[in-house]
Amino acid sequence: MSMAIAAERPQATAEERCEYTLRLADTSLVAGQRLAEWLGHGPALEEDLALGNIALDLIGQARLLLALAGRIEGRGRDEDALAFWRDAAQFRNVSLAEQPNGDFGHTIVRQCLLDAWQLETYASLAGSADTELADIAKKAAKECRYHWRYSAGWLVRLGDGTEESHRRVSEAVQDLWRFTDELLTPDALDARMAECGIAPPAAAVRERWEQRVAAALREAKLPCPVHQHYPWHGKRGVHTEALGHLLATLQHLPRAHPGVSW
Amino acid sequence: MYTQALDSAGSAAPQGEADEDGRLERFQARIDRDEKIEPKDWMPEDYRQTLIRQIAQHAHSEIVGMLPEGNWITRAPSLRRKVVLIAKVQDEGGHGMYLYSAAETLGVSRTTLIEQLLSGRAKYSSIFNYPTLTWADIGAIGWLVDGAAIMNQIPLCRCSYGPYARAMVRICKEESFHQRQGYELMLALARGSAAQRAMAQDALNRWWWPSLMMFGPSDAHSVHTAQSMRWKIKRFSNDELRQKFISVTVPQAQYLGLTVPDPELRWDEAAQHYRAGPINWSEFHAVLKGDGPCNRERLAARREAHEAGRWVREAAAAYAEKHGAGAVPARSG
Repeated sequence: MSMAIAAERPQATAEERCEYTLRLADTSLVAGQRLAEWLGHGPALEEDLALGNIALDLIGQARLLLALAGRIEGRGRDEDALAFWRDAAQFRNVSLAEQPNGDFGHTIVRQCLLDAWQLETYASLAGSADTELADIAKKAAKECRYHWRYSAGWLVRLGDGTEESHRRVSEAVQDLWRFTDELLTPDALDARMAECGIAPPAAAVRERWEQRVAAALREAKLPCPVHQHYPWHGKRGVHTEALGHLLATLQHLPRAHPGVSW
Repeated sequence: MYTQALDSAGSAAPQGEADEDGRLERFQARIDRDEKIEPKDWMPEDYRQTLIRQIAQHAHSEIVGMLPEGNWITRAPSLRRKVVLIAKVQDEGGHGMYLYSAAETLGVSRTTLIEQLLSGRAKYSSIFNYPTLTWADIGAIGWLVDGAAIMNQIPLCRCSYGPYARAMVRICKEESFHQRQGYELMLALARGSAAQRAMAQDALNRWWWPSLMMFGPSDAHSVHTAQSMRWKIKRFSNDELRQKFISVTVPQAQYLGLTVPDPELRWDEAAQHYRAGPINWSEFHAVLKGDGPCNRERLAARREAHEAGRWVREAAAAYAEKHGAGAVPARSG
């Protein structure tokens, strides 16, 4: 892809690359943490195992990306230093990822919207000028393809299942749709990274995301919600109330015992 | 592993029926020759019922066992530990699935077995009715509970019933991996700060005796052992397995620098192993009867998941009904 070969492109600073990598890393980490809450509580044993698999993939992506962000930053912070010792305002995940699980339908809708975005983003990042990021993205894109098949498959079953499931899943779509704009609208850093050939152009990701999600909603017999614009800024560290609680649980143990290893 | 109720529940009187055409005798002869019994083979009803009870109990234990460990997934202190724990809890769910499948070969459905669990009629291992209060409990469960499970399960790989024996081969491999992970977690704590060592000792204090109880009642009070041994469903008595566990585990505790919470623990020079003091059987029976520290919470969590998931299962069934059985939504990659 042309992103990788343009020699005259501007060079991103380490700070910009680190910040961008953290957006991806934190989104995977926070989404993985949310899904892991399901283990032992799913609607069927098969779903416990599938959600656990997806959580494992996401946390695995987060570990690679956090380690990369730490290397780019060059201050000696490893994956755990970044995961456990930053406060909510330093987290760079998109706001959608941190939204509570709700019922199974709610989780499925959140995952569907997020999986489609991660899939398209990672698939494009496989051609990134940042070769380390590109290597991680290649692996992540394969995983996200499976995640999307799982969540979109359930979206369709629930949307086209019973009256109750249709009602529940359409409420979830209505509830979560407001967080999708943040996924698709580039801010200055996204634009800069695209200019440097590191990130994909936002317009391309948006178009593929919209096609993918619209097709799934159609098959699920769910209306595509109207555009709801509210500028969520999770990727700049301004989060919803949900993240603080998630991090309190995630981080409390190492913070209670600073300086030890586990 | 988790077959305590084999010895404490059920009442089928073995070999009650007359052996008119010599089938029982031929069946026993096959077992004596170490042949595997397969699902389509004739088998005595008591053999079938004993296996269903044992396999189901084992499957339920895996499923309920996801809860105490799952309790720490969101709080694991490093990302590596988190991933290991998720994978472990997931393995347990997988074990539950193969075991329900093995039970299904004996003519009972997973749905029926799960109903028995949720209604409180089926048993699962008493060990999972104890709480996981600190991170060290995750290490103690891997080291002690999975360690005890392995002692019980390795002989089951040679169980006379083929599908169960084969499921156990895979389960044992995974359990022994879990046991090593648990011990490695304990070792990290034992070599850590004073607070971490105290956490490890506290976990050993709380999990030691319940782990010994996992082997079931003492041989003198074990009602089904003799028949199960004759059928090669069981190959060692509860007390033999318990002793084996003690012999292996006490030196492991010493290596960690932890103290086994048994003032009467002593080295038996003649037998060349450690002997434990008396077990508090009234606690064991209370936990089995439903009065352990977390019996109510564990069953409530399973029931809640089952109830909360009902509309999802109904939706999947309705979708399959509309689009043909086994229909998978046609999502392109």
